[in-house]
Amino acid sequence: MTDLSASLPAVDTGPLKRAARWRPAEFGFWLLPVAGWFLFPDDLALLTQIAITALFALSLDIVLGYAGMITLGHAAFFGLGAYAAGMMPAYLGIGDPLLGLLAAALVAGLGGFGTSFLVLRGTGLTRLMVTVGIGMMLYEAANKASGFTGGVDGLPGVDMAPVLGLFEFDLYGQTAYIYAVVVLFGMFLIARRIVMSPFGLSLKAIHQNDTRMPALGVSVNSRLRVAWTLGAVFAGVAGALLTQTTQFVALDVLGFSRSAEVLLILILGGAGRLYGALVGTIAFLLLHHVLAGLDPEYWQLWIGLILIGVVLFARDGILGGLARLGARLHLRRARP
Amino acid sequence: MTIIFDGIASGMLLFLISVGLSVTLGLMNFINLAHGAFAMVGGYVCVILLDRLGVPFFAGVVIAALAAAAFGAVLERLLYRRLYGSSALDQVLFSIGLVFVAMAVAHWLFGPAQQPVRIPEWLQGQINLPGADIGIYRAFLVALGAAVALGLHGIIGVTRFGAELRASVDNPRVARGMGIDVDKVFVLTFAIGSGLAGLGGAVGANLLGLDPGFPLRYLVYFLIVVSVGGAGSITGSLVAALIIGICDVAGKYYLPDLGAFIIYTVMVVMLIVRPQGLFGTR
Repeated sequence: MTDLSASLPAVDTGPLKRAARWRPAEFGFWLLPVAGWFLFPDDLALLTQIAITALFALSLDIVLGYAGMITLGHAAFFGLGAYAAGMMPAYLGIGDPLLGLLAAALVAGLGGFGTSFLVLRGTGLTRLMVTVGIGMMLYEAANKASGFTGGVDGLPGVDMAPVLGLFEFDLYGQTAYIYAVVVLFGMFLIARRIVMSPFGLSLKAIHQNDTRMPALGVSVNSRLRVAWTLGAVFAGVAGALLTQTTQFVALDVLGFSRSAEVLLILILGGAGRLYGALVGTIAFLLLHHVLAGLDPEYWQLWIGLILIGVVLFARDGILGGLARLGARLHLRRARP
Repeated sequence: MTIIFDGIASGMLLFLISVGLSVTLGLMNFINLAHGAFAMVGGYVCVILLDRLGVPFFAGVVIAALAAAAFGAVLERLLYRRLYGSSALDQVLFSIGLVFVAMAVAHWLFGPAQQPVRIPEWLQGQINLPGADIGIYRAFLVALGAAVALGLHGIIGVTRFGAELRASVDNPRVARGMGIDVDKVFVLTFAIGSGLAGLGGAVGANLLGLDPGFPLRYLVYFLIVVSVGGAGSITGSLVAALIIGICDVAGKYYLPDLGAFIIYTVMVVMLIVRPQGLFGTR
C-alpha cells in the first residue's frame, strides 16, 4: 500500500491562512461588549439579549449565509437547546451551567443531524416547507406535552448553580452578561475557525455552484448535512444561554416569529459574513428600541419596509454596503 | 359523513385561495409569501361592499375578486417584476416584508377586530340528508371550487392565452421572439392569481375570520397546499387541498389533543415521500 496523500500535490493553504488573520477592526469590534459594560450598567439585561440573539444569528449564518440553505424553522434548534438546558436543573437536578450548555449542544445537534436527512430530501420550496413543518411540529409538540414542558405556562424550576462553581447569577444580571458574552466569543472563535477552514471554503463553493462541486469530487449532501448540524448546535447553545440567564423557558423559544426574526436580522447585517450576524443583531435591536418606542403599533410596518428596502436596494446588508463604500473610497484614493 | 363533507368544503376553500399561489409559484417561479395579503384585500373589499354599501352578495364577491386582481397587477408592475430573476431568498424576504406592511396597513385602516361577514339568507341553513348534514354555504363553496378548478384547467390547457403563458415560462426569450408579449402575459397571470386569492378571501371570510393577522395565519396552509400538490399543478393543488382539509377537520374532531400537529406531520411525510409534490413535474 502506498500512502495516497503523499502522491497528491501539496495544497497551497497560504490564501486561507492570510484570510484567517485577525484584522484591527475585529479587535475594535470585540471592545464593544466591554464598552457596553461600563457605558450601560443599567441595561445589562438588554445587552445580554443582544449577545444571545447574536449567537443565534451566527448559527443561522453558518446554515444560510455559508451553506446557502434557506430555513424558516431555525427556532426549532434554539428551542431544543433552551428546553434541554431547562430540563437539566428542573428534572435531573444538574444546575451546572456549562454541563447545561453541553447537554443543549448535544440535544440540538442530534435534532439537527436527524432533521438534516428530511431537509436535504427536497430543494427550493419543498425544502423551505420542510423546515417550516419541522419548526411548527416541534412547537405544537411542546405545546401539547404540557406535562413535560410546561406548555404555554413555561417550564418552571430552572435553578442554576454558579458558573464554574464560583460566580453566582445575580439580580443585576452582571454574571449573566459576562457569561453570555464569553460564550458568544468562544462560539464565535469556533465558527470563525470553521468558515476559514477548507471545509468552510467548500460550503461557500457549494453555495455558489452546487452542480459543479460534485464534478470536483465533493459530496455536496454530506457537507450540507454537517453544516446544518453545526448550525443546530450553535442555535442550541444560544437557546441554552437564554434559559440559563433568564432561569425560565417560555414556549415562544420555538415560535415561527423567532425563526423569521433571526432571518431578518441576518439579512439586515449581511449574510455570509460572520460579523453580519453580530452587526445585524445590534442594528435590529437598536432599531426596535427606537422605532417601537416611537409607536409600538407600527413596528410591523417598519420591519416590512426594511425588508423590502434591503431586498430591492441593499442586497448584502449593512456590512455589504460598508464594504462597497470602503472599496469605492479605496479606488478613489488609488487614482486621484 | 358530515365530517368528510366539512373537510371537503374547507379543502375547497383552501384550494380557492391557494390555486392562485400555485399559478404564480409554479408557472412564474415566484415564491410569493404575500399571497394571503391579496386574499385579505378581497375579504376587506367584500365586507365593505356588503356591510357598509349594501351591495348584493354575488356582485360584492365579484368586485372583491376584481379589486384584488387590479391590486395584484399594480404591485406586479411596480415591485414584483424587479425580482423575477432573483434568488429564492430575495423573493421570500421581499414577500414577507410585503405581508408585514399589508398587516400594518389593514390594522391602520380597519382596526384589529374581526370583521363580521353577512351571507345572504338563502345560503344559510342546512340540508339534512340521511347520514350527513350539509351546510348550504359549504355546498356553495364546493361547487365554486369545482367550477374554478375546471375553468382554470380549461384556460391553461386549451386557450391561446394558456399556450402563450406556458411558452413564456418555459423560455421567455424564444417566446418573445415568436411575438408573444411576455410582460403582458405575466401581468395577466399575476392578476388572475391575485384575483382568485381575492375571490377565496371574499367567500371564505366568514369561515376563516377576517382580521389584520389573516395573511400570516394562513400563509403556512397555502404553502402546504402548493408544495404538497406540486407547484404549478391545478389538479395537485385540488387534491392536496382536499387532503389537508379533510385531515384538518377530522383531526380536530377525532384527535383534538393533537391539534395542528397533524397537518404539519402530514405535510412533512408527504414531502419526504414525494419532494416534487403529488403532481409536480420538476
